[in-house]
Amino acid sequence: MKLNDIVKDFGLEVKTGSSHLDREVTAGYVSDLLSDVLAHADEGVLWVTLHIHQNIVAVAAHKDLAGIILVQGRDPEKDTVAKAEEEGIPIMVSSLSAFELVGRLYKAGIRGAEAH
Amino acid sequence: MALRRIKADLHVHTCLSPCSGLDMSPREIVNAALQRGLDLIGVCDHNSAENVLAVKKAGERNGLMVLGGMEVASSEEAHILVFFDDDDDLLGFQKHIYRHLAGRNDEHAFGLQVIADDEDGVTGFCDRLLIAATSLPVEAIVAAARAAKGESLVIAAHVDRQSFSIIGQLGFIPRTLVLDAVEVSAQMTADEAKERFPDCRKYPVITSSDAHGPEDIGKRFTCFTVEDGSVAEIKKALTGRDGRKAEC
Repeated sequence: MKLNDIVKDFGLEVKTGSSHLDREVTAGYVSDLLSDVLAHADEGVLWVTLHIHQNIVAVAAHKDLAGIILVQGRDPEKDTVAKAEEEGIPIMVSSLSAFELVGRLYKAGIRGAEAH
Repeated sequence: MALRRIKADLHVHTCLSPCSGLDMSPREIVNAALQRGLDLIGVCDHNSAENVLAVKKAGERNGLMVLGGMEVASSEEAHILVFFDDDDDLLGFQKHIYRHLAGRNDEHAFGLQVIADDEDGVTGFCDRLLIAATSLPVEAIVAAARAAKGESLVIAAHVDRQSFSIIGQLGFIPRTLVLDAVEVSAQMTADEAKERFPDCRKYPVITSSDAHGPEDIGKRFTCFTVEDGSVAEIKKALTGRDGRKAEC
């Protein structure tokens, strides 16, 4: 499934990286600890979090993640938006809670990144 | 020695922190601090103290007191400021932190980690992943600081922020944790923080800049009435002992 389709199907608000939505999502990962994402998320993963600090962009760039979805309508910090635009990292916002959103993403065919 | 009132910004990063500018070199930091009228700064880079001695030396030459420390990220991703008077205590503590910090830095994603000397010469690059969190829970970080030979000063960093603060990550400060103070960031005043967060009424509060660029140094500060800028004196000021006091 491509980011474009996910944005459309789940009514996400695209905050940054709108020209990078043509990317295939390989798997999903949910975590609010950056160190955990650094350790467990891989290339092409869609990351669901409520973390809004600019370090999420550095982590996503380093791991070459497909994009970040912020849950519960969280508003990314100003620095986060600037850095994400610079790095071409899509940040999308959902009004749903993480549990609800992930349940629906799973139903749509996205599976969890393998824990390793 | 007589008591005097000093202006202190205890939370200043150097060019060693990946998220800091290259202009946060020892001499630049000291110059900016003196320009803002500060008497004391605390140097605390993320999970490392490799630039502390250089800033101390540059400070000594120019009449600025420098407290050596670091900003440790706990396994819960809460940031804790830890300071020591004794350089050996600090370097021993750094060794302990390094043993619990995994990964190598990615300069493109996270930024350069420059090790400098007191004349602003580049002496090397730290290749550890300083932006990461250690595998140590907050309790273990405080315990390691207290295990040093000399006195340690332990302060929960920017507790009012949503990210990387002990209140943001853990909901509240565990009652068993022995902190010397909590730090409030530049985004609100100490009084606002006390109103908003009950924990800020339980501990002494300091305010500091968390400067990542020279322009931010001294933007927020705390005034201490002390004999000197040592950990022991600052701890007395935080608890209001022997005529010492802290105001912010």
